[in-house]
Amino acid sequence: MSLLDVQGLTIRYGDETVVDGVNLFIDRGESVGLVGESGSGKSQSALAILGLLPRQAVASGSIEFDGQQILGASDSVLNALRARRIGIVFQDPMQALNPYLRIGAQLRQIPLTHKLRDKAEVDARVVEMLASVGLPDPQRQFRAYPHELSGGMRQRVMLASALIAEPDLLIADEPTTALDVTVQAQILDLLEDMRDNTALLLITHDLGIVAGHCEHTIVLDRGRLVEQGPTTSVFAAPSHAHTRALLAAAPRVDRGDVPEAVTGSTILSVGDAVVDYRDLQAVSKVSFSVKIGETVAVVGESGSGKSSLVRAMLGLVPMASGRVVYAGSTLEGPVEDRAQSQRRDLQLVFQDPVSALNPQMRVQTLVGEPLLVHEPQLSAAARAERVAAMLERVGLSRKFLRRFPHELSGGQAQRVAIARALILGPRVLVCDEAVAALDGSVRKQVLNVLRDVQADTGLSIIFISHDLAVVRSISHRVLVMYLGRLVEMADSETLFAAPKHPYTRALLDSVPVPDPVAMPKRAPLRGEVPSPVNPPSGCVFHPRCAKADARCGSKAPALRDVERTRVACHYPNA
Amino acid sequence: MLRYTLLRILGAIPTLLLVIALAFLMVHAAPGGPFDDERALPADVEANIAAAYHLDEPLPQQFLRYMSGLLQGDLGPSYRYRDYTVAELIGTAFPYSLKLGALAMALALLLGVTAGTVAALRQGTALDKVVMGFSMTGISIPVFVIAPVLVLFLAVKLQWLPAGWSGTTGMSRYLLPVITLALPQIAYIARLTRASMIDVLSRDFIRTAYAQGLGTVTVVRVHALKPAMLPVLSYMGPAIAAILTGSVVVEEIFGIPGLGQFFVRGALNRDYTLVLGIVVFYASLIVFLNLLVDILYGAIDPRVRYQ
Amino acid sequence: MSGNRSIRVTAGILLAVAIAALVGPWISPHDYATTNLENILSAPALSNMHLFGTDDLGRDLFVRTMLGIRVTLLVAIVASLVSLVIGVTYGAIAGFVGGRVDAAMMRFVDTLYALPFIFFVILLMVAFERNFLLIFVAIGAINWLDMARIVRGQTLSLREREFVEAARLTGVSTLRIVFRHIAPNLVGIVVVYVTLTIPQAILVESFLSFLGLGIQEPQTSLGALVDAGVKHMEGASWSLLIPATLLALILLCFNFLGDGLRDFFDARHPS
Ligand SMILES: Nc1ncnc2c1ncn2[C@@H]1O[C@H](COP(=O)(O)OP(=O)(O)OP(=O)(O)O)[C@@H](O)[C@H]1O
Ligand code: SF4
Ligand SMILES: [Mg+2]
Repeated sequence: MSLLDVQGLTIRYGDETVVDGVNLFIDRGESVGLVGESGSGKSQSALAILGLLPRQAVASGSIEFDGQQILGASDSVLNALRARRIGIVFQDPMQALNPYLRIGAQLRQIPLTHKLRDKAEVDARVVEMLASVGLPDPQRQFRAYPHELSGGMRQRVMLASALIAEPDLLIADEPTTALDVTVQAQILDLLEDMRDNTALLLITHDLGIVAGHCEHTIVLDRGRLVEQGPTTSVFAAPSHAHTRALLAAAPRVDRGDVPEAVTGSTILSVGDAVVDYRDLQAVSKVSFSVKIGETVAVVGESGSGKSSLVRAMLGLVPMASGRVVYAGSTLEGPVEDRAQSQRRDLQLVFQDPVSALNPQMRVQTLVGEPLLVHEPQLSAAARAERVAAMLERVGLSRKFLRRFPHELSGGQAQRVAIARALILGPRVLVCDEAVAALDGSVRKQVLNVLRDVQADTGLSIIFISHDLAVVRSISHRVLVMYLGRLVEMADSETLFAAPKHPYTRALLDSVPVPDPVAMPKRAPLRGEVPSPVNPPSGCVFHPRCAKADARCGSKAPALRDVERTRVACHYPNA
Repeated sequence: MLRYTLLRILGAIPTLLLVIALAFLMVHAAPGGPFDDERALPADVEANIAAAYHLDEPLPQQFLRYMSGLLQGDLGPSYRYRDYTVAELIGTAFPYSLKLGALAMALALLLGVTAGTVAALRQGTALDKVVMGFSMTGISIPVFVIAPVLVLFLAVKLQWLPAGWSGTTGMSRYLLPVITLALPQIAYIARLTRASMIDVLSRDFIRTAYAQGLGTVTVVRVHALKPAMLPVLSYMGPAIAAILTGSVVVEEIFGIPGLGQFFVRGALNRDYTLVLGIVVFYASLIVFLNLLVDILYGAIDPRVRYQ
Repeated sequence: MSGNRSIRVTAGILLAVAIAALVGPWISPHDYATTNLENILSAPALSNMHLFGTDDLGRDLFVRTMLGIRVTLLVAIVASLVSLVIGVTYGAIAGFVGGRVDAAMMRFVDTLYALPFIFFVILLMVAFERNFLLIFVAIGAINWLDMARIVRGQTLSLREREFVEAARLTGVSTLRIVFRHIAPNLVGIVVVYVTLTIPQAILVESFLSFLGLGIQEPQTSLGALVDAGVKHMEGASWSLLIPATLLALILLCFNFLGDGLRDFFDARHPS
């Protein structure tokens, strides 16, 4: 008998069916991956297994856990199963932990509720658990509040809470989506190490994670189960068109074509840029340049200063020192002080299209506004024509003109934002995580739009991303940043083939590859990014670097050219 | 936490000074003196009175004199009740107002939070609708309408409770005034609690708690109550002000010799030292209570301490 | 009740009450000031057209009540406008300028919060001989604080939103950003709060009238009528119940309207 046996699970909200007749089973100790795009019903299925669906949801079918029917079970039956038999880790550990309660107080409630330990022993058990998920100084973290921990540490706490009652099944719903790749690799390894004989249902949109961590794979598409089978065969010979489309839309960091380096004249250059916030330096003396028609990617973990760098360049935040030269003239001061012609040439697309579009304006006004400012002589009709043409360029029909932002999907909204940025025909477009919030297929479309515009107009793109696989597919050159410093810069070809900096190497090794045959590497990087308020001495990377020696701790390496790469390391990889 | 508390206390001092200065200025800007209607006083008598109350000094000097008196707990003499100092008058009247206000606030918190929480947990049911209907009505009916109606029914018609104040003793005479004063606050706090409880209960960490097998009671007690109380706590400032305002009416209606009555009478008599004394006293009270609320807020929400 | 329906129902009731208050006295054969000591405290009756009865001076209570509604609504609306203008201007400046200016401006608001305002209003009413205009100003002066805080908070967060940055980048002028990007996003919350300020203003006015500090005889307001009704509630309960019910109804409608509007704007802009 299976540990978990789901038959014909259907979940409805009103007349909308979000999960439609899903059958799946999980055996003891087995690891199963559940993949699908956003809205495919992954999380709803997980919540149903725990009996946690909101009241408005109507579920039918059958969910049997160890012979016990879960659908329609009473609260007391469910409460006895939760944590004790089925543990869960949610996506965003900041939201999923109670911000008003100390870590210890949250965790101790679980053994107490399930009467696993009495009051005297329970705290010792919690501390032991915190230690086993790799929290440094668990005694102290016991008394800490969630906001005092980093994202990775919070997710470790979540894992501790899910496993403290030693369940038979662990459900992990997008457990690493909110985390950096290096931390993601650590958490996934920890998950494997900790679960022992606990069965695992791993929910994710990332095929790479399933490939590396699950024996069995299930693919959902708009509420329906379209494919399931052993991971190796699903990846090697996908039977369903949707699975094939998913695989096709998932770029790989380890192989595939890399755009060839661009030769041409420089259009924009940044020299020794420094950005200071109150008590920290977010960007330390970074220099780079962009050629006409070139896509330059900026990568690095969260907080490495990627956004700060481009925002200072654009004049959105003050640049403490350094210079920006665009088409031969120096750009200075806040964006308001810059010449209108310069402002129209440099545009930005944000990560979250919903907050980047004024909720009170229709698409027509949003996309047309830049024209109103820069080409006031245009007649309303001519402007409307330009707007419609631009929308078409990004793949949106005229019917979107009258919509408000909240009436658009994420991908549509992002295309509107791109249309707004492109309508003035800028020379340089900055994309700050512009595709991070999009599903694979939509992301592919948006990237194609960018490529097409670039091919037609010679647009230069600065592409900030934490997703190295995407970067590999679109950028000609890559800048790697760590704690506000530029640590490596090279052509994509060179960088992906032979990374020189140990940090770049580790980043690349951390990216999950959607291929179960390519053996996943064990977490290639230990620890987390130190606080920029108190950066380490010498090479800022040394506390996490496997090659570090005494010299690294005392002397900061300068940027230098090694073969075709600029790198800041005493001992660059050969 | 200690740092946060100290910062808050330091921050309250300038506020208090500013409040006193404003009150002082406003009272002194009001036209008409206390002795205006005792017509035809000889000029020298008037000058004597002015000198006795230091009304002949320039304003800044009067303010300094007032402040130095204040530091010693001296609010000056009353213009009207000539045998008493303002401090003495406040000393006699305040205990009544304090008892009335504190009881009303306690009742409002107890009933309001309970009703709001229950309504939130039973969202959409008949019980929820009853609680919400009651509280919408409660915030829409003024105290001075509630009071006479309660008196008419509970005291006059049913004779359950004493209607008046004089002639009765003990706690029973507080009952009607306290209920009257508390009703709108119960209603408001119930609404506030319900809204914030619903909000908190929809957060992800509550789902986590349920996923850990905790029962509803534990989830509310351990996880939801504290954050749900934050908006209620923020409302304590305005609630205190509302209770003070309401107590003026309630004291008037029930004939309670509290501070509110003294104030209204003082104002009508243009007894400016008394009026100023009461304003300064209440302002300090509000600043002090708001300080307590702030500190409590910091104790509940670990994140505000760092701002 | 769904947002839209409650908006329509409450707005309808308020409109009906306002129209009745405007045309009622005009239709009635009685006027608000004529006393008739022969016919004091008479019960409501159709025969003599004393629809709401008479008061202790024999004046027609229907006309007086309609007049009271006019005064009450007028005070409330004018006071809310005063608080709207002061509050929005103050809050928007603090929020948009930000930094030290904002800190200083908000400190001042915090200080005013600590003042027991109602006491000042009472004092003012006594000192300035119950000037009608002053009632407006005084009530507006109490209520602008909340408005300023809310507008400031909203402006501050709007200013940081990415669509404002996007507009700055494309070369949109600061003026256009304020009026086309920030202001329209403030409308919803301002409308809601004005609606919720009106009942508060009504309460303050009737509270003052109740203490005998509000509007002066023979003029009247709902609060003053309730005060008079309380004195005769045992013999002539209608003289309390009618104005008290109307007062409560108006307050209830504004509160529901505010709630409905809030739901309406929330639904349009899921955050
Ligand atoms: N307005 C600000 N005030 C103070 N510190 C800030 C501010 N904005 C960013 N920082 C800090 O500056 C550092 C760099 O931040 P930045 O946003 O540039 O990083 P990033 O590489 O874009 O990160 P992410 O991948 O998360 O977007 C971080 O430590 C961040 O906390
Ligand atoms: S300089 Fe040393 S510590 Fe820094 S990256 Fe190179 S080897 Fe590692
Ligand atoms: Mg960023």
